[in-house]
Amino acid sequence: MSITYLDAIRSAQEKALADDPSVYLYGQDIAGFGGAFKATKHLAKEFPGRVTDSPISEDAILGSAIGAAIAGMRPIVEMQFADFSSIAFNQIVNQAATHYWRTGIPCPIVVRMPSGGTEGSGPFHSQSMEAIYSHYPGLVVMTPATVEDAYSMLLEAVAIDDPVIFCEHKFLYYHLKADALPEERLPVGKARIARAGRHATVVAYSAMVHEALRAARELTDDGYDIEVVDLRSTKPIDTDTILASVARTGRLLVVGEAFPWGGVTAEVIARVSAEGFHLLDAPPQRLNARDTPIPYHPNLWRVHRPNWQSIVAAAQKLLRL
Amino acid sequence: MAEAAPSVTTEPSALQERSLSVLRWMLLARAFEDKIAKLYRAGKIVGGVYLGRGQEAFSAALGHALNQKNGDIFAGLIRDQAGRMAFGEELIDAARTYLGSARGPMRGRDGNIHRGRPDQGMPAMISHLGAMISVVNGMLIARRYRSQNDASLAPIVGASTIGDGGTSTGAFHEGLNQAAVEKLPLVIAVANNQFAYSTSVDRQFACENLVDRAIGYGVEGQSIDGTDLLACVEAFDRAVRRAREGHGPQLVVGKLLRLAGHGEHDDASYIPTDLRDQPHGGDCNEIAAATAIERGWASADEIAAWRSEVTEQVEAAINSAQSDPVPNPYHESWQALATRHLSEGNAQPTPQVHPAASGTAPK
Repeated sequence: MSITYLDAIRSAQEKALADDPSVYLYGQDIAGFGGAFKATKHLAKEFPGRVTDSPISEDAILGSAIGAAIAGMRPIVEMQFADFSSIAFNQIVNQAATHYWRTGIPCPIVVRMPSGGTEGSGPFHSQSMEAIYSHYPGLVVMTPATVEDAYSMLLEAVAIDDPVIFCEHKFLYYHLKADALPEERLPVGKARIARAGRHATVVAYSAMVHEALRAARELTDDGYDIEVVDLRSTKPIDTDTILASVARTGRLLVVGEAFPWGGVTAEVIARVSAEGFHLLDAPPQRLNARDTPIPYHPNLWRVHRPNWQSIVAAAQKLLRL
Repeated sequence: MAEAAPSVTTEPSALQERSLSVLRWMLLARAFEDKIAKLYRAGKIVGGVYLGRGQEAFSAALGHALNQKNGDIFAGLIRDQAGRMAFGEELIDAARTYLGSARGPMRGRDGNIHRGRPDQGMPAMISHLGAMISVVNGMLIARRYRSQNDASLAPIVGASTIGDGGTSTGAFHEGLNQAAVEKLPLVIAVANNQFAYSTSVDRQFACENLVDRAIGYGVEGQSIDGTDLLACVEAFDRAVRRAREGHGPQLVVGKLLRLAGHGEHDDASYIPTDLRDQPHGGDCNEIAAATAIERGWASADEIAAWRSEVTEQVEAAINSAQSDPVPNPYHESWQALATRHLSEGNAQPTPQVHPAASGTAPK
């Protein structure tokens, strides 16, 4: 049996609905239609009344989820695309994120955000929003890169008492496969060594983990042994695991699919520079998407985002420094 | 059912009883707001002070029509001191929040009108207008889910207020439309007070009357004189009853005039003085007191006695809040997450500057 990343997300929601009567699903086209990506396929039939279609009202989708959560429910809402969460931005960062701190009443919502680029998706169906949401206190931001993490982190997202931005990568939906769903899990907040190595550390998350792993394999031909760290969550960032890796390798490249200004890659480099400067044998490097909106045509899109080839080039530069 | 015959007993009518009860909340709110306005001018309150002067009847009638003990919800907004207290907010909570007490519901983390006790049906507003409507929707959705598992739960009603300016937001539209689609027992009270900060209604919307929007959303609407206590009591009693009986969202638009600045920092010099002489330009507290006397419901002396009573209550609450401990930055957790082990708050050291020696002077 083979389980895709998307199957894992559907299965996690199925399990959450089965295990906890306070869980419900709300979003655009998620009920009978099963969602734009089919992440909620058949769930409306399996759990009558607990998987419902919303109007095209991202603000109200989030606002109502917040209201239900502070009244004891555990809603999972689907943004049809992460890009559309800009309409819900106010409710997420001002209402959900501040709620526990202001009132002492937790706001356990999960916002599923189909994130990141795929060929032909263009400027408004390709965005990576993790840096924006990680900026705000009061949110947890998860960026699973594997089928196993997509499943176990989504279940953990439902279980924790805080608002969780769950950035699931659309590029991984169908291609990434595993043999079985995990029975054990690495807790949220811990990064994972996706590949051990000794010459340089590449820190990545979400789809970029797979580009980094491919780049690491290519670099073995040049005799380089690259360590790849999968952040798993961008809020919190597991700084300890990153520092431990840099202590082993002395070199750091941080890769993210989001736009270059600020963001997760800059944050990782700031932390390593401040706390692990003495561990570095070369200036830390970062690789992001280009500083333009995300292009439609595959020829443009492929070189807009970082990919294994550009990671190889960036790593080679880092290794020569 | 036939119309009830006029009462011949000396028992007060339900309308009389309810109106007088609302009037007392109106007087208490006015006394409290007069006091905090003075404290603000004396530099004793930082941030801002926002008054509901002129809107007390409209606000308190809604708060009073709801039943907090039954599980009802009231998301009070900026000009709802009267409605919040009529619903069930303790006066001391308001005093403590304005004065930044560590004992208040917001513990100095938020101030003035940004206060609430969500677990007691009082969500704490954020500043972004329209945003509380869908939050109330969600609280009602939660109740709907719970009722499916527990048939003994009584039907509840959720309410939120907003001004004329707030109706221009996307969040207002999304929230009311969502409530209509879900047929939620929601009451939205629009206080059309003629100004959103300094912007008059002719720059805010182009429809004849905001209540005309009700038909567009597929909800029931009422348009009333927001300075008329009896009209407010009857309209909100009806709206809450209709919502509770399953007739879906209720929009109540009250025309009135904001008798204060946007906040106490604002002298409202942009409001033409002749508006006060127009219909709906009066002071609802004065009108309500005159009505009560005229109808023989209360004497002028009784109303004067109520005014002194509420003034004493306000003094006691303010004195108590002023002697409360203030928030201590060294004891503050500086963690925004309920899940402590995921918090990055510990990454920042506690500031090593005494709070009295730092920061800017209060406005």
